Amino acid sequence: MSAPIVLAEFRDPDTLVEAARRARAAGLKGLDAYTPFAVEGLSDALALEAPRLRPAMLGAAALGAGFVYLMCWYSGVIDYPLNLGARPLHAWPVFLVLAFEAGILAATFTGIAGFFIGTGLPRLNHPVFAARDFDRASQDRFFLSVSDEAADAERLRALLDGLGPISIRAVQP
Amino acid sequence: MSGATKGLLPEDATYGSLVGTVADPLLRRKVGWIYWSFFAAAGLGTLVMIVSIAWLFIEGVGIWGVNTSVVWGFAIANFVWWLGIGHAGTFISAALLLTRQPWRAAINRFAEVMTLFAGSIAGLFPILHLGRPYRAYWLLPYPNTMDLWPQWRSALVWDCAAISTYLIFSLLFWWVGLIPDLATIRDRAQKPSGRFVYGALALGWRGSARHWHLHDVLYRTMAAMALPLVVSVHSVVGMDFAASLMPGWQETIFPPYFVAGALFSGFGMVVVVAALMRSGLGLQDVVTPRHFDAMAKIVLAGSVALWLAYGTEWFNAWYSGDPLERAHVEYLFTGPYAPAYLLQLFCNLVAPQVLWFPAMRRRIWVVVVVTLVLNLGMWLERILIIVNTLTHGQLPTTWGLYIPTIWDWMLLGGTIAFFVLLFLCFARLLPAVAMHDLGKLLHERRQGE
Repeated sequence: MSAPIVLAEFRDPDTLVEAARRARAAGLKGLDAYTPFAVEGLSDALALEAPRLRPAMLGAAALGAGFVYLMCWYSGVIDYPLNLGARPLHAWPVFLVLAFEAGILAATFTGIAGFFIGTGLPRLNHPVFAARDFDRASQDRFFLSVSDEAADAERLRALLDGLGPISIRAVQP
Repeated sequence: MSGATKGLLPEDATYGSLVGTVADPLLRRKVGWIYWSFFAAAGLGTLVMIVSIAWLFIEGVGIWGVNTSVVWGFAIANFVWWLGIGHAGTFISAALLLTRQPWRAAINRFAEVMTLFAGSIAGLFPILHLGRPYRAYWLLPYPNTMDLWPQWRSALVWDCAAISTYLIFSLLFWWVGLIPDLATIRDRAQKPSGRFVYGALALGWRGSARHWHLHDVLYRTMAAMALPLVVSVHSVVGMDFAASLMPGWQETIFPPYFVAGALFSGFGMVVVVAALMRSGLGLQDVVTPRHFDAMAKIVLAGSVALWLAYGTEWFNAWYSGDPLERAHVEYLFTGPYAPAYLLQLFCNLVAPQVLWFPAMRRRIWVVVVVTLVLNLGMWLERILIIVNTLTHGQLPTTWGLYIPTIWDWMLLGGTIAFFVLLFLCFARLLPAVAMHDLGKLLHERRQGE
């Protein structure tokens, strides 16, 4: 990361959302926030793109289900047909049960993999961990983070005037 | 929102105090002799389980009460019962998330853990029940020198697919929800060892808004997939029975009946676990009488569903005009297992009716007693479905009674002790309540004010 990270610390999530709105309206780049839980409205305020996880999971589900259905069909009808009281070899209702389970598994694995790729986790170290009191970002403090050459702590302080941040500090990247 | 969240969190709760309520018992409190005596008893019971499994592997299924008439016995009954208990956790967590129930927040974590433990124990039984348990892997399709494939039309193969999918899914669903809480524990831990271990487990979670956004999408999507999955798993278990030709099993009502019964017993067990966690970990602030009230209503609905299921079973036997089906219902009420059947009806149909009264639902001990009783009733249901049909099949020459042996009882008791042991470990090692969900709930309450 080139620009230093400036963190503004807040006591409650609604003020953070308001701060995020102001920072975005001021055209600041490299915005992020650190919160102990998913704050409603924060992703809109930061204008985060909607993740494209669901289409990927759906595609994986279709592939997984289709693969297992084909496997059942190939093994039960072509490779190893077994006549049980003249019941149909192509037992599609049963194959659907197995295909469904495979689809769920494939979608789950894809979703988890997508989550790790999208977040860049596991990543045990990050510059923001060095910030003072950052261990409260997982408990009861709400941080706005700006990483923009044009924005230093002073400018951010002026921008957030009236919102009462507990602290505004720069963290060395 | 203030009405919906009323009574779920303390009036003066702050984000920090909620985290403290959950994290402090884990990190700062020493456990007393009560914990260790439970731990010792559960450990002893687990030894009993290990010994009964070892002797089973050495000697074979002949040590059980199973015989040529009743080939299923305790093993399958325990399997269905444990899996039923294992049903509620993921269901509670997913269904209540999707329907935005505010009382989900304090109970979803240990309900999910209950699913994992109960489901894993359930998964043992079909394998133990195989005459040759070391060949359990034949259920999986893998390239083999015998050029054989699994028989896809066999209910055992469906079971294997459904249960393994369910367990893997539940584990990952629980884990995804747990990652942010591990980060909270990492940040609150005072000892370097705690920071190191929980820090490694938290994978460097830092609560970034981008990460939360993705987390939310993944978690909700998984919840939406969980609901049909939960229904499919116990439907498949129901089809283990319904796909056969035995009187009393050949019923299309079985899959929904099994799912309803599973949720009924699973919610019952969640109530018991919630009561123990609440007093054991001092969670009275976040697990409140309102939670028990809400869960009691679902248990009551389950009981009503069972009235319908049992009634359908009796009605269909009469309406079909099939003498075998009619004889089966008569056998339920007059056969050698009739006292157990009547007890089952009392436990599942009569006892939960007390929960119609709001005053009863708010007394935690009443709800706990009712749910213990109904779990006994559900276990009786599972074993009686098996023995009442198999002791009284189509050919009178194959009729024969089933009498469980000491090894049957020891294995059942041992698995219960093992379940308790796993829970005791969980309560000391991982946060028992989803702290980030509590924070979100408090935020919603404040926005509503």
